[in-house]
Amino acid sequence: MFITPALWLAAGALGVAGVSLGVDPVRSLVHENGTMALRMLVATLAITPLRQLTGHSDLLRLRRMLGLFAFFYALLHLSSWVVFDQGMDLQMILSEVVKRPYLLVGLSAVLLMLPLALTSTTAAQRWLKRRWTQLHRLTYVIAVLAVWHFWWQVKKDLREPIAYAVIVAVLLGWRVWKRPRAAKARSAPATTQGTA
Amino acid sequence: MAHKSASIILPSEITSEALFHDRRAVLAMGLAGAALGAATPLTALADIPAERYKAARNARLSVTETANTFEEISGYNNFYEFGTDKSDPAANSRNFKPLPWNVTVDGECEVKGKFALEDLLAPQTLEERVYRMRCVEAWSMVIPWVGFPFAELLKRHKPTSKAKYVAFTTLNDPKQMPGQRERVLDWPYVEGLRMDEAMNPLTLLAVGVYGKALPNQCGAPLRLVVPWKYGFKGIKSIVRISFVEQQPRTSWSHAAPNEYGFYANVNPAVDHPRWSQATERRIGGSLLARRQATLPFNGYADQVADLYKGMDLRRNF
Repeated sequence: MFITPALWLAAGALGVAGVSLGVDPVRSLVHENGTMALRMLVATLAITPLRQLTGHSDLLRLRRMLGLFAFFYALLHLSSWVVFDQGMDLQMILSEVVKRPYLLVGLSAVLLMLPLALTSTTAAQRWLKRRWTQLHRLTYVIAVLAVWHFWWQVKKDLREPIAYAVIVAVLLGWRVWKRPRAAKARSAPATTQGTA
Repeated sequence: MAHKSASIILPSEITSEALFHDRRAVLAMGLAGAALGAATPLTALADIPAERYKAARNARLSVTETANTFEEISGYNNFYEFGTDKSDPAANSRNFKPLPWNVTVDGECEVKGKFALEDLLAPQTLEERVYRMRCVEAWSMVIPWVGFPFAELLKRHKPTSKAKYVAFTTLNDPKQMPGQRERVLDWPYVEGLRMDEAMNPLTLLAVGVYGKALPNQCGAPLRLVVPWKYGFKGIKSIVRISFVEQQPRTSWSHAAPNEYGFYANVNPAVDHPRWSQATERRIGGSLLARRQATLPFNGYADQVADLYKGMDLRRNF
């Protein structure tokens, strides 16, 4: 289900199955992959509130997959920009990243996703224990960077980035709002559950 | 109006708006009657014959690069009056009515008034010009416009010595232009040129592309084309041309003065704050096509660089 957009974009890029990426395929590839990465990030962040609201703890299993899809699309987003938009001109890419803060913000988000993807296995989770939860709170920072990157590159029409900013703010705000209760609960003897 | 051969249409000859609507009512009644007897073509009054757009190419002022396809030119547009996505203008302009169309010419000139588009076009010889089009977003196309030099229109309206700039205004009609229901920009869209820029032979008023009338999404029925400037200077669906003394408050330079200037000359040496202007992506290339170098004044430096002699183009971007 989550792979469908990637398959569609790949078909468009290769010109197979009658799929077209429109008049400007480079722009389509970069933008669609970027949008998908952002959507997957938002979905990842939505799992904890959803679990708390519904009590379905099996939702947690979905979270790893969503997070990895976010990373997958972020990599496609970055690499389609590097390969198709910039033509792999490393000198130009470097000077662009240094000169344009929004590129630096986006690149930081992708780089921060790397350790999370690498430690996404159950083995890593067991090995890092409480540290794993702390490490994976980087997702909050990544989501903020991703929205910021989107916001900053829009020419004038900010409606879409604003929508994502509001959603991310609500999802992060939920955690802040829930926190005092969790802290209170922790002082009570019976609870041990960590949330990320 | 019996002055078909006269080059200037006097304001007194111009049908007032009230009368104009009236004449349509009269026409409709006439047609209702005609339907019973002999059929009359419905579009007789506001139509511009299709043959007018099949203009001869001005080879001297055309580039020899391969033009983009009609599908590319009409499917990838920045025309915020119809939405901010590149595909919005084509999708949302289907019900736009480009004809009948009136253009008000006013300000510091002798021949003012409200002119029907067909009357403005009547004395003009249309020509095809294949121009490069460089968008401020660092992509480009090659477009075979059909139009006439703005200088030819300017002459007929006799601007006075007070006229230092020309201001252009787009139609403001949120009913027909759904993008105007959102305040993405301060509507109506306004653009402007200095008088010498406006009189440069390259400055074109376009009414067609590829030998046909402009599609709605390309700025029908009348738009400006200034090939050495970024695309946003090419104001679309023009309803007003004013000769003015002060530099007009143009839409993008007003919306984001640090990013878009009044001059907006294509300049690979002056970056947009958020992206480089050194290179551009030519629309229609393969996925692996390399970006190409952007040329000073979009390759038209020979014809226009003199206009800016002694000016700091870094400051006047």
